[in-house]
Amino acid sequence: MVTYIGIIITFVFINNFILTQFLGLCPFIGVSKNVESAVGMGFAVTFVMALASITTWAIYNFVLIPLHIEFLQTITFILVIASLVQFVEMVIQKVSPPLYKALGIYLPLITTNCAVLGIALINVRNNYNALESFVAGIAAGLGFLLAILLMSTIREKLDSEWVPKYFRGIPIAFITGGLMALAFMAFDNALLNNLIG
Amino acid sequence: MFKEFTKGLIRENPVFVLALGLCPALGVSTRVVNALGMGAGVLFVLLGSNIFVSLLKNYIPEKVRIPSYIVIIASFVTIVEMVMQAYLPDLYNSLGVFVSLIVVNCIILGRAEGFANRNTLGASILDAVGMAIGFTFALLLISFVREVLGFGTITLFAMGNFDGVIEIPVLVDSPARVFALAAGALLVTGYLIAGFRWAQDKAGGGK
Repeated sequence: MVTYIGIIITFVFINNFILTQFLGLCPFIGVSKNVESAVGMGFAVTFVMALASITTWAIYNFVLIPLHIEFLQTITFILVIASLVQFVEMVIQKVSPPLYKALGIYLPLITTNCAVLGIALINVRNNYNALESFVAGIAAGLGFLLAILLMSTIREKLDSEWVPKYFRGIPIAFITGGLMALAFMAFDNALLNNLIG
Repeated sequence: MFKEFTKGLIRENPVFVLALGLCPALGVSTRVVNALGMGAGVLFVLLGSNIFVSLLKNYIPEKVRIPSYIVIIASFVTIVEMVMQAYLPDLYNSLGVFVSLIVVNCIILGRAEGFANRNTLGASILDAVGMAIGFTFALLLISFVREVLGFGTITLFAMGNFDGVIEIPVLVDSPARVFALAAGALLVTGYLIAGFRWAQDKAGGGK
């Protein structure tokens, strides 16, 4: 149990995907202009990351290892993720039209989100088992959600502030992100050790 | 024809102007040598995918074009991974997961979808080289600022008697560590993009 809590705290705060690893930076800058779309994107990413973690784990351990073709992991994972995203899109469209309306437009963008392929590769590197991979996927997704939500609330406020001409838009978003990353440095491994011993 | 090559450097610089391929740009820019390695990897993959997409553009059915592009790109990335692991293991380890992540680098899919699938082979090659050099240039600039301020060094390839590390007096003893960390990467990039816009505005006489 302690392992899982450790994984959650690590991926949400200490190794936050956006603010310490730079994975998923494009949507973080691109889709954080208002809170509503940021939350939609955050949930869609969390959902796909959890599914992708467990699926890629299964494919890696039941297909790639027995056939000794681990070197094909990059190709396999990206194809799995692309088909998974397509599949999720179709299922949501059939099962829950309101949810599709909320998340639909974000789903196609997720295939090229580095965070999803990133979590699949990091799970393999860390030798996580099935449940650990799944938990890591959800936690990394929640970390993404947290960061993009905080960012969008700040950017909504920034809209009414005066920003120097050349800093408007992307540059100021980067600097805001930098200051957030500075704040997130307070979460480190020493803190984790204090919390769970 | 020549403008296909030069547009990637400044006017449509992938990192500073189009804001594409940001994850690797920030993730590997702690050392100058990493930026060079990443730039070379991207150049190879971009060149390979642009050539193949341009050659096959009449044979790939419209509906499955994106998955086809992804397979082409992923194949080249796998080649880069294997070559780097075999011949440059140190570089491979310091780039870590970002080598595999070239697959989802938006620049490459963006050029395949936005340029190579409707242009000739020659134009696609020039486009790929120009974009890759523009990307490397941006990466070098970011990593140069970060390494000089964050470590007080400039790390290049080791050759002969030269161990590959240039130390900058004063700064090497008391570097501003924050620039080597995530927060520094975001701040430096933000300021560089703003600086880039300012410089473009000056040069172009404003729009």
